[in-house]
Amino acid sequence: MQAERSLASDRKRPSSGLVDFLDRHARWVLPAPAAIAIVLLCVFPVAYTLYMSFHDWSGSRLLAPQFVGLKNYLDIFLTDDRFHESLVRTAIFTTGALALQLVLGLALSLLFNREFFGRGLLRTLYLLPFVATPAAIALIWMMMYSPPVGVLNYLLSLIGVSGQEWAYGQSQALWALLIVDTWEYTPVIMLICLAGLAALPSDPYESAQIDGANSWQQFWYITLPLLRPTIAVAALFRAIDAIKTFDIIYVMTQGGPGYASETLNIYVFFSAFQYLRFGYSSALLVIFFTIILAVCLVIIKLRREAQTANE
Amino acid sequence: MSESTGVLLTHRTRPLSRKVRKVSLKVLFYISLALISVPVLFVFYWMVLTSFKDGTQATAFPPLFLFQATLKNYQDVIGKTPLLTYVFNSLVVALGATGLGLVLGLPAAYSVAKFSQGKLAIVVLIARMAPGVSYLIPWFILFSRIGLVDTYAALILTHLILTLPMTMWIMIPFFEDLPHEIEEAALIDGCTWYGIFWRVAVPLTVPGIVASAILSIIFSWNNFAFALILGGDRTRTVPVAVFSFMTFEGVNWGGVAAAATLICVPVILLALVIQRYLVAGLTLGSIKG
Repeated sequence: MQAERSLASDRKRPSSGLVDFLDRHARWVLPAPAAIAIVLLCVFPVAYTLYMSFHDWSGSRLLAPQFVGLKNYLDIFLTDDRFHESLVRTAIFTTGALALQLVLGLALSLLFNREFFGRGLLRTLYLLPFVATPAAIALIWMMMYSPPVGVLNYLLSLIGVSGQEWAYGQSQALWALLIVDTWEYTPVIMLICLAGLAALPSDPYESAQIDGANSWQQFWYITLPLLRPTIAVAALFRAIDAIKTFDIIYVMTQGGPGYASETLNIYVFFSAFQYLRFGYSSALLVIFFTIILAVCLVIIKLRREAQTANE
Repeated sequence: MSESTGVLLTHRTRPLSRKVRKVSLKVLFYISLALISVPVLFVFYWMVLTSFKDGTQATAFPPLFLFQATLKNYQDVIGKTPLLTYVFNSLVVALGATGLGLVLGLPAAYSVAKFSQGKLAIVVLIARMAPGVSYLIPWFILFSRIGLVDTYAALILTHLILTLPMTMWIMIPFFEDLPHEIEEAALIDGCTWYGIFWRVAVPLTVPGIVASAILSIIFSWNNFAFALILGGDRTRTVPVAVFSFMTFEGVNWGGVAAAATLICVPVILLALVIQRYLVAGLTLGSIKG
């Protein structure tokens, strides 16, 4: 900062007054367009959602939004069973996705952290699940899940397991979606952990070998603690996305059969764009957003603890 | 090293079993690798395989692994459905949102890097955190009022939510890593901050700009929810289109697989070009890939 200022006064001044003015305030002018865009596109909608959550409105041009105070929130918490059930499903889906994908992704990254034939090619192929268009891939999974003609039930029959209903049945739909999500995002966790592993120092391992630690002990007492901040970052971004999973659920089951796979995000979507209950949906969204924020804060706190523990 | 004596001993007494152990460990490693890789790749294999099956082949049970392949699905999808129009729509939206994301994001990222405006970068995180539906409700209300629903403008503006944060977070570390000497020399020569940004910083960070542009295109191309509500017949993008193929045409799995393959190929090719930056893009730069 100090250096910038002295530099700025030393150098030759541009002649035009306006250019000079703009240049002196470059720190405000440069980010201004992006800041305005973010306020209009993000901050305004979030604020509007908060405002609308205290109103009752069906999107009609003739009837203005009615102020109803906390009624939407009271209804949601006290009488809305669909909300409570979707909340439980969201919790199951998100914790299931996080646990499964973190363990599998970390294990995969350990496999890939050594040299072997075809490593580069395989790592590249592992990018495919999460760059391929989710809506398109979700349809391919529906094709494979199809109970009468799908390839998965055929493969199960080869090993003597009876056919499953997968995403087409009430009891299995949420788990079938969890499988797709895990297939899609475990490679992301793997790549994040690989980047973390590559940055680990080698000294602790050298001294551990001198002390006779076996590879399991090295993993448990050195790799895992050192990798905790990386795992926390992976968990943070995965949690944010898993809670909001939309594409695969909407394309594959639309929250069904019945409400069997309706998570909070899907419920809010239908509440807004099928039932046109904009006020009520906004209140649902405020609750949803608060939950996401709370999850983020918890994970960020865990990450800080992991970092201070390492220092 | 306590182990070294042990190694020496076993090596002398039982050389064969040690070798067997080593080989079997290697075999175990490759088996576990295969067990994980087969499911990852099978989905794509099945998608491409089905896209070459005709109607009866696609629904045959047991499923066919060997069959007389046909190109009919591709001919139908390209010839009889407006898929190419949808591809054009997706391209317009992706390129528009990516271009706008660069125009707004690059100067902002430069400013964050040079003037230590970390708080601005944090605010951008809101965009990543808030559920998409919370944007959709106000936008839908606003855009229907001013007649912007089913226009490219509506989709480009909303996809900016994806591309602007991405561009900023990828570019901040690139601008931070620029050597100070070059900028200081330019400042002393009377260059304005805008001159330095445009003539020094931008040319020196082209790889990062390319990476953020490609990532932006991928995320815009793949986005489903925004186009589902704010798009319409005139602006339908490919993810929404492929979903409507399925609902209207029932279970023409061969056609769906062909369309899905055509949609995925461009993003997969783009992703291969910038695979080094993918992780950074997905974690908003908090982990460099």
